[in-house]
Amino acid sequence: MDIAIFLIQVLNGVQYGFMLFLVASGLTLIFGVMGIINIAHGAFYMIGAYLAFWLTGVVGNFFLAIVLGIPLMVAIGYAIERLAITHLYHRDHLYQVLLTYGLILIFNETQKLLWGTGFHSVRVPAILAGSVPLTETLVYPHYRLFISVVCLAVAAGMYAVISRTKLGMMIRAGASNREMAQALGIDIGKVFAIVFSLGAALAGFSGMIGAPVSSVYPGMGDEILIVSFVVVVIGGIGSIKGAFVGAMLIGLADTFGRVLLPELAAMVVYSLMVMVLLWRPQGLFGRPA
Amino acid sequence: MTRSQSLAGLLCAAVLGLAVFPWFAGEFYIGLMIRIMILGIFAMSLDFLVGYTGLISFGHAAFFGLTGYILAIVTPESGPVTLWYALFMCLSGSAIAALAIGWVSVRTSGIYFIMITLAISQMFYYYFNESVELGSSDGIFIFHRPIVALGELTLIDLGDEFTLYYFVLVSLAGSYLALMMVLGSPFGKVIQGVRVNEARTRALGFATQRYKLVSFVISGTLAGYAGFLEATHTGFVSPATLGWHESGTILMIVILGGIGTLYGPVLGAFVMVFLQDKLQEFSELWLLMMGFFVVAVVLFLPHGIAGLIARLAGARPANGAEETGQDRKPAVPAKAGGAADGGGAE
Amino acid sequence: MIKKQSLTTTRRRFLTGTAAATGLAVAGSALPTRFAIGAMAPIKIGILLPYSGTYAQLGNAITDALKLRIEQAEGKLGGRGVEYVAIDSEMSVPKAPTNTEKLIKKDEVDFLVGPVHSGIAAVMAKIVGGRETPIMIVPNAGSNEVTGELCAKNIFRTSFSNWQPAYPGGELMAKEGHKTAVTISWKYGAGIEMMGAGKDAFEKNGGKVVQEILIPFPQVEFQAHLAEIAALKPDAVFAFFSGGGATKFLQDYAAAGLKDNIPLYGPGFLTEGVTKAAGAAAEGIKTTLHYADTLDTDANRNFRAAYEKATGRSADVFAVQGYDTGSLLLQAAAAVNGDISATADVIKAMEAATFPDSPRGDWRMSKSHNPIMDIYLRQVVDGEQKLLGVAAKALEDPATGCKLI
Repeated sequence: MDIAIFLIQVLNGVQYGFMLFLVASGLTLIFGVMGIINIAHGAFYMIGAYLAFWLTGVVGNFFLAIVLGIPLMVAIGYAIERLAITHLYHRDHLYQVLLTYGLILIFNETQKLLWGTGFHSVRVPAILAGSVPLTETLVYPHYRLFISVVCLAVAAGMYAVISRTKLGMMIRAGASNREMAQALGIDIGKVFAIVFSLGAALAGFSGMIGAPVSSVYPGMGDEILIVSFVVVVIGGIGSIKGAFVGAMLIGLADTFGRVLLPELAAMVVYSLMVMVLLWRPQGLFGRPA
Repeated sequence: MTRSQSLAGLLCAAVLGLAVFPWFAGEFYIGLMIRIMILGIFAMSLDFLVGYTGLISFGHAAFFGLTGYILAIVTPESGPVTLWYALFMCLSGSAIAALAIGWVSVRTSGIYFIMITLAISQMFYYYFNESVELGSSDGIFIFHRPIVALGELTLIDLGDEFTLYYFVLVSLAGSYLALMMVLGSPFGKVIQGVRVNEARTRALGFATQRYKLVSFVISGTLAGYAGFLEATHTGFVSPATLGWHESGTILMIVILGGIGTLYGPVLGAFVMVFLQDKLQEFSELWLLMMGFFVVAVVLFLPHGIAGLIARLAGARPANGAEETGQDRKPAVPAKAGGAADGGGAE
Repeated sequence: MIKKQSLTTTRRRFLTGTAAATGLAVAGSALPTRFAIGAMAPIKIGILLPYSGTYAQLGNAITDALKLRIEQAEGKLGGRGVEYVAIDSEMSVPKAPTNTEKLIKKDEVDFLVGPVHSGIAAVMAKIVGGRETPIMIVPNAGSNEVTGELCAKNIFRTSFSNWQPAYPGGELMAKEGHKTAVTISWKYGAGIEMMGAGKDAFEKNGGKVVQEILIPFPQVEFQAHLAEIAALKPDAVFAFFSGGGATKFLQDYAAAGLKDNIPLYGPGFLTEGVTKAAGAAAEGIKTTLHYADTLDTDANRNFRAAYEKATGRSADVFAVQGYDTGSLLLQAAAAVNGDISATADVIKAMEAATFPDSPRGDWRMSKSHNPIMDIYLRQVVDGEQKLLGVAAKALEDPATGCKLI
């Protein structure tokens, strides 16, 4: 392929990677800090998308919808943590998987009750509806560039919070050694609630800004969930940096895979994970077990 | 009467009940019960791995679907294939697959084992999903059920629903007994030792990797057998049979039924399918109710349904830790071996 | 400790009681309970259609139109009332065997209407074809084999075979002067068959398909492939998507700037029922289908008015197919005065059915039980499917492999 098309596919891959990163970072934080396997994480992505769809209809403005949606996502995440997740801290992974699987069923069905079973589109807001010409036939939508920029900003913000603030320090402490952190007076319960709400909000936000390009439909959370797990495992559990690198890797592999190896495209992502696990079982940036 | 005697009695009664069931039930429910029994075999195979060896596989459906495809490939459109040939192809296929997948997977443990089994089963899924010759996402048919024939004489025609029912029932009982025998043998003791404390078992001089691998192969082959029965029954297989949803559902059935009991997962299969059937009739919101049911089970029934029955029968809880819901040592240490490093500080 | 003990006992007793009651209920429900009530019992119509996901709007359109047609006949089939039993197929092929068995064996329906998805149709056809009853009517799925290798006496179709709307589309592309094309669709029965038919027609008329893109069903992430198409620079693109997927494809195609440079063609489903949602992205696209909104007949006008009044939506080809299914059922029941146990007579009546009030124009059943009908050329103008002409007259599907012909 010529250089212009190559660059376009890179752009596509990076944009997909960014959205994956938002979802995966929440997942890796939850697992790394709280030790919880939350397979309902994809549902947060879906809830975010439906919130974007619904709120845009209610307030008429997409950006306003997002501004309103974010605190809603945080609240939902907090509620779930208090009601269900608290019971899982001392339980076996199997039970975490099972309970969060039950949560998926509940979320999916509640969503169908509230918003029906159809396939919904969310219009790209007018100021971002243009596109930038890349070749004589192809243009690249401004909105997709916007997504990448926003995700980059969020990633930078996360880095700042985790490495520079007191909250971030508490999170890192809780991740390294929960009991010690508690002994030193850190309210680990509060940290967990914050981490979970943050994770849910990140996934929900990804769903929200992604809604205009991915459309909104039942079951959309399932697809991104499994890929997010792959990203987390490749990157290393608990590592935000790993989630970023993993997400970019998967985003690019998936995009190029579809075009270069359509027969094997889907297998590429999983083969990557198997290779990483065989070479470095703890993931690229994870701590050795 | 000791507890194990009363358990044996209950199980015999259950098998007897299943044996006379077709004489009372309508066509639809016979088919449903066949499905339940097949799922029961599948669930037992996973329990052998999860409940007794301590390896949590999230990709077990790969074996379940693989044999379905093998059966579809070996069954010509023109007529049935003999049972022995079909069984040989299917079981050796799933055994080889289990050997290959197991060899790669048992090097890892905990969450990574879960993920790698998931990843490999997804690869199988996508392979079949992409394959146009095998029907891609639409799946492929098995036009005739296998038969046992001696020359011109058809001895067992699985095309007859009654015959298939009893064939599956015998398979269910047989699998249970076979697995119990394996678990009671020295080999079985070692793999249970692996689940309780692998390091100590290794310290005792056992090559635990090898034991885990053999356990994986046994489990995978039995799951393949269940898949063979399923494909025979429905006459159809599709990539979704191998998908992670299927793997997740069967894991859920095992946990629901009660891990580490073998009969518990069969009970779990029964409850799940029947519940689904009844709830579907009852309300459109049945999946929602299922979700709450699952959450309730996790919160209130830590030992699954088998544990519930054991409690009702007056037995004491397994570790006395029932109140906190902590039943076994977690498969992965709580810290999950990871840390949130400073958001990309390095 | 004593307090906990008594709590456990009470809880145990409660749970025992519940378990026993549940066990009894479960055992009881397994007993067959259908008692013959007699010929005046309502006719049971089983429906297996998607009510969720990307094809939900199709399932709803077909169901609403079917019920409308029967309502127009005072809600009676051959003098008997009608009872509907609907299951959401969820477009799930693996659940299809169970869903079908349920309708046939548990609910014991007299007629089975469905599905939308070609893969599910094949599964249903295989099950139904091996039995005498029920009679199956396919109101959408175009899987060629349903009236091909899997055809059977008790299987009818009121929609189309995947070959029928696609073949003229390929011819159209060639006629409009295009020499190279790229085909793109979902990788499942319908997509593969339609692209195959279009490619066949295009190449027989002097064109060349330079690339065939197949995306796993039902994914809607098209970005990478749109860039691929742009790189290949074909004269035209031949696409099949339907429902929500079609909306997304049209929007993405326009947003990538390809719409103005590389004209889009395809079987009518690409733009059917989605013009409102897709808006400007669908304008001007020419497709071939067995229906067009602006067909100037009384039958069509009356139908469109009645459908809009009943549902608040504009009618599309899926509604038409549902409507014709209702007509077929009415004729079948009328011919035997409601006594549908006379299966052979019912089938004869269905084979001879005529559709003078069909919004698509009169059509009839082929020997393989598939419609023989006109295929129209339409173009999206101001959000409406404007009729430009007839692309193929009385087109009959070749029905390869059908034992009935």
